[in-house]
Amino acid sequence: MDFASILTTALAAGIGPVAAAYALAAIGLNIHFGYTGLLNFGQVGFMLVGGYGIAISVSILGWPMWVGVLLGIACAIVLALILGFPTLRLRSDYLAIATIAAGEILRLFYMSSYAEPVTGGVYGLQQFAGDFYDLNPFPPDRYELGPLSFGAPELWIMIVGWGLVALAAVLVYLLIHSPWGRIIRSIREDEEAARSLGKNVYWYKMQALVLGGVLGAFGGMVMVVNTQSASANSFDPVVTFFLYTLLVLGGAGRVFGPILGSVLFWFIVVGFDALLRSMIANGILPFLESGDIGAIRLSIVGLGLLLLMVYRPQGILGRREEMVLDAR
Amino acid sequence: MTRRSMLARALGVLVMIVFAIMLPTASVAAQDGESVHGTIRDPGGDPVKGIAISVTQDGDEVGDTSTDADGAWQVDLPEPGNYQVEVDLATLPDGVVPKVRGGEVREVTVDEGDAQPVIFPLVKEGEQEEPGSPATEQTEQPPAPPPGETEEPTPGETGVAPAAGASFFDRFMQTLANGIQYGAVIAISAIGLSLVFGTTRLINFAHGELVTFGAVIALFFHVGGPGLPLIAAGAIAVVAGGLLGGTLERGLWRPLRNRGTGRINLFIISIGLALFLRHLILVFQGSRPESYIDFNLQKTMDFGLFVITPRDLGIVLISLAVLFAVAFMLQRTRIGTAIRAVSDNRDLASSSGINVNQVIMVVWVLGGGLAALGGVLFGLAQVVHWEMGFKLLLLMFAGIILGGLGSAYGAMVGSFVVGIVSHISTLWFPAELQNAWALLVLIIVLLFRPQGILGRKERVG
Repeated sequence: MDFASILTTALAAGIGPVAAAYALAAIGLNIHFGYTGLLNFGQVGFMLVGGYGIAISVSILGWPMWVGVLLGIACAIVLALILGFPTLRLRSDYLAIATIAAGEILRLFYMSSYAEPVTGGVYGLQQFAGDFYDLNPFPPDRYELGPLSFGAPELWIMIVGWGLVALAAVLVYLLIHSPWGRIIRSIREDEEAARSLGKNVYWYKMQALVLGGVLGAFGGMVMVVNTQSASANSFDPVVTFFLYTLLVLGGAGRVFGPILGSVLFWFIVVGFDALLRSMIANGILPFLESGDIGAIRLSIVGLGLLLLMVYRPQGILGRREEMVLDAR
Repeated sequence: MTRRSMLARALGVLVMIVFAIMLPTASVAAQDGESVHGTIRDPGGDPVKGIAISVTQDGDEVGDTSTDADGAWQVDLPEPGNYQVEVDLATLPDGVVPKVRGGEVREVTVDEGDAQPVIFPLVKEGEQEEPGSPATEQTEQPPAPPPGETEEPTPGETGVAPAAGASFFDRFMQTLANGIQYGAVIAISAIGLSLVFGTTRLINFAHGELVTFGAVIALFFHVGGPGLPLIAAGAIAVVAGGLLGGTLERGLWRPLRNRGTGRINLFIISIGLALFLRHLILVFQGSRPESYIDFNLQKTMDFGLFVITPRDLGIVLISLAVLFAVAFMLQRTRIGTAIRAVSDNRDLASSSGINVNQVIMVVWVLGGGLAALGGVLFGLAQVVHWEMGFKLLLLMFAGIILGGLGSAYGAMVGSFVVGIVSHISTLWFPAELQNAWALLVLIIVLLFRPQGILGRKERVG
C-alpha cells in the first residue's frame, strides 16, 4: 500500500478549501454553541442561503458577484431573525429541533421543481464565480512543494478561504474578550443570572445567532465558489453534524477550536477514506466494496462524535468545565 | 529565484488541490488525475447497481467498472483526451433503455486534471427518443447529482392519488384519508420518542434509526434470508427493535446517566449514534429502496368519500389498535402509572418506591418495539430505504412538539396533525414539498403555542 500517497491526500484535504469552508461555518457555530450555548442544528441552512446568495445573484439575476455576497449575508441575517424570533425564548432543545427543521425546509424548497427557475432545482446552479477567479493574481501554472501540487484557481480560493477564517478568528477573539463576549458567555453559564443583572438575554442571543449565521453563510459561499456549483443536496443536515463533530474535536468555546477541528477532521476523514480504498484495492477487506466507503466514513464520523462526547467533550483545546452543558 | 516560485514555495507548504472532497458526502471521485464518473438512475430516480461501463479510446479499452450500490461509477483515465464511455445494455434492468436511441455510448473530452461527469439518462422502454431531436442533442450534460446522495423516495406514492378532475371536496377527502394513514405511521413511531423524552429528558436523535432498523430487519426475514410472510417477519422486527432499544439503554444511556452527563451532551451523543447506525444500515442494506412482497398489489376499496387499498386500511387499523393499547397501558396498568409518575417527577417517583431504572428500561423496550413496528408499516406504505427513519424523525419531532413535548397523547395527536397537513398541502403545492409544510407547521406552533396542543402550560423558556 502506498502510505505516502494516502498521507498526501489527507494533508491536501486538511488544508484544502473545503476545510476552510467548514472552519468558517464552524466558527459561526462556535459563537452559537460554544459561547452562547445555543443549540443551532441548522447551520447548514445558513450556509445554503449564503452559497445560493452568490449563485442566484450571478447566474439568474446577472448581478456582479460582490452584490451576491451582500445578498447572501442579508439572507443569513433574515433567516437568523426568522428562526430566532420564535425559538430563542424557548428551551434550547426547541431551538435545536426548529433549526434542523428549518434547514430541511430550505433544502427541500431550494431543490423543488417549484423553485427551479430560480435555484436550478435538483441540478443547482453552476459557473457563477467567474468574477472571483478573474481576480486571481496567480498566473495559471502548477504550484508545487514536496508532494503537494496545486493549480492557480485552487491556490486562490484556498488563500481567500483561509484568509476569511483568520479574519473571523480575530473578530471572534476580539468580541469574546469584550464586554459583549462576557455577556454571551454568562448566558451560556446561567441565563437567569444574566437576566437578573438586567441584561436583555433574548436580544444578546439574537445577536449571537445573527453573527454566527453570517459566518455560516460565508462558509457556504467558500464552499460553492470552490466547486463553482451550488446544489441543494450538498447542504444536507449531515453537514451540520460534521460541523458539530469537528467543533467538539477541536474544542468548543475556544477561538482556535473550530480551525484546528476542521483541519484535523478533514485530514482524518479523507485519510481514512484513502486508506480504506487502498485496502480494498489490495484485497485486504474482501467483504467491502468501494461503494461502501462513503457510508463507512459517515458511520465512523458518527462513532467518533459519540466517543468524543462521552470521553472528551471539551475536545483538544477546550476546558472541561466549560462543556458541562446542562439543564437549559 | 523568481518571486513567483518563492511565493509558490512558501504557500506550497500550506495549500494544495483537493478534488476529492468537494462535496461532503461525495466519496467517489477521489483520485488526482483524470477520470470520468457518474451516477446511473432508473427512470424513477433510484440508483441502479451493477451496470457495466467500459471506457475506450480509439477502440482500445482503457478501463471498465460497474455501478455500486449508489449507482455511482468511476473510471480513472491515463491522460487527457477523447474517450468513448459505453454502458453495457445487457446489464440494464428489464424494460429500461437509454433516453435516446444509441445513447448508451457517449463521447467525452477530458481536460487535464478533470473529473468529467458523464450522464446516461434512462427511460422506460417505449419512451425512447430518436437521436437528433433538439432536446437531446446536447453534448454538455447537466451535472450529476452528487454521488453518494440518493434521491428520496417520493413520499407522494403512499395512499391513492386522487383522481384528476374530481371535485375539490372529493380530492380533499382522499388526501385527508391518505394523511390519516401517514399520521398513523408517524404516531406509532413517535410514541417511543415521546416516552423516552418524558422519562429521561433525552431528545433521542437516534430514534429514526430504530424505525429504519425495524423495516430492514423485516425486509431481511421477508425478502432475503428465510422468506417468511411479512406478518411473521414484522413480528420478529418488533422484537428485535425492542431488544435494540433495551440494549442501547443498558449499554449506553444508563451508564451515561449514572455519570451525570449533561442533557445537551446526551443530545449530541445521540446524533453521533444516529449517524453511526444509519450508515451502518446503509452498508448492509445498500442505498437502493426495496419493497415488501406481501400486500404489494391490491385493488382499492371504495368507501364513497375516499378509496383505500386494504393494505393502507390495515396500516391505519393496526396503528389505531396499538395506539389505544398504549393509551390503555399508560392509563390503567401498574407499569403505565409508573411511567407517568416518572415522567411527572422523577425524584418523587423514585422516593415513592418506583424503580426508575426499571421503568426507563420498559420505556426503551416498548419504544424500540413500536418504532420497529412503525418502520415496518412505513416500509409497507412506501418503500424500505436506509434514510427513511431520519426523514420520519423530523416529522416525529414536529408531531411531538406540536402535541406537547413529553406527553404521549400529545405525540399521537400531533403526529396525526403533521401527517394530515403534509398530505393536505399537496392539494395546492407540489408533493415534493409536503414534508416541508409539515415542518413549517412546527415552527408556526412554536411561535404561538410553544407548549403544544396538549402540553402543560409550564415555563418552557
